[in-house]
Amino acid sequence: MSNLFNIDIVNPEQSFLSKDNVFEVVIPAVEGEIGILRDHIPIISFLKPGIIRVFSESEEQSFYVEDGIVEFKDNTLSVLTSSIFDLKDADKNFVSESISSAEAELSKDNIDDQKRFLLNHKVEVLKSISIN
Amino acid sequence: MPSLDDLRKRITSVKSTQKITKAMKMVAAAKLRKAQENAEKGRPYSEKMNNVILNLSKSITDKENAPKLLVGTGEEKVHLCIVLTADRGLCGGFNTNIIKKAKSYFEKIISENKTLKIITVGSKGYDQLKRQYKSYIVENISFKESKNINYFDADKVGKIIIEKFEKNEFDVCAIFYNKFKNVITQIPQEQQIVPLNEDKDVSGNDNDYEFEPDEDEILSNLLPKNISTQIFKAMLENSASEQGSRMTAMDNATRNAGELVDRLTIEYNRSRQAAITKELIEIISGAESL
Repeated sequence: MSNLFNIDIVNPEQSFLSKDNVFEVVIPAVEGEIGILRDHIPIISFLKPGIIRVFSESEEQSFYVEDGIVEFKDNTLSVLTSSIFDLKDADKNFVSESISSAEAELSKDNIDDQKRFLLNHKVEVLKSISIN
Repeated sequence: MPSLDDLRKRITSVKSTQKITKAMKMVAAAKLRKAQENAEKGRPYSEKMNNVILNLSKSITDKENAPKLLVGTGEEKVHLCIVLTADRGLCGGFNTNIIKKAKSYFEKIISENKTLKIITVGSKGYDQLKRQYKSYIVENISFKESKNINYFDADKVGKIIIEKFEKNEFDVCAIFYNKFKNVITQIPQEQQIVPLNEDKDVSGNDNDYEFEPDEDEILSNLLPKNISTQIFKAMLENSASEQGSRMTAMDNATRNAGELVDRLTIEYNRSRQAAITKELIEIISGAESL
């Protein structure tokens, strides 16, 4: 029996990635990372800044996402996100810019805990990208 | 009767106008293809978004405490209208059609004694509406500087809408844009985005989704995004329509100019011939009188 399923990553401008031979995807959902395998029960969740890892038979791909929604249904995983890029062609300048703008946001006083948590997390993830 | 010189000048001026319209037509055709591609590429996102929201709203049982963006404020007093138009003219009835559609909606609102607020996106819409509805226009946005339609711009408009909603500045929000059907036909659309219209056919796939976190939280996160997505979709459709409309308009203009040149050339030749004949008659009658 096959243990593969489909993944569609779309952003508003275009369809970003579409594959039908993945066997595991790890997504940074807002309450913790979720690993998705074939025949996962239908789920809707949204993302926090983090790394999506897509494992297919031949390769492993990683993408950075800032936010988005995921839906898994009938062995198709749809990821809707407005900001995504492949870690392989990460732009160093863009990453460091994002870090500094997030840090600037963090230094403001009027943000609530949830936002602070998300921003902290974003900075952490981005820093780990820029090291590699 | 214009002199020969006048006619010649007119022919040259019409011909140069024709060159301009022809060039504009070709530029529009090239841009249209790109805009159409973009519109098609952007479709999956908004479709999926719609699906997710549909599935979510089906599973919400407690309608009273549902997010207000979905079910509305319970009143219908203040209407906010987002009118999306182009930044440039010379595109046939494109802008006028949207404005016409919007105006009839405005009149309905005003005659029902409700409050009307207008946000115009695109400078042409503002130009046409400011004469009659100046006092209603609360904001005027234009993306002249951005070369391509991008999500970032749409998100800006979306954020403004959300901000106004959270301050209770309106109850109902509708957007006006042109839907691209084909190069010749663009249909002006009126779409309500707040509260969300649940008119879609609810297909009976009762998937019991697992939600993480719970439905309410996902919905309140998702709905603002949906507004930006709808605006973005409208902007994409609009840009394809604009180029299509401009292409047709410029094609017509080029053809009209061609006809005009033909007519003027005939007139020019006739009057030249008339002048020659007149001179000949003068010579002949002069010779006869000797």
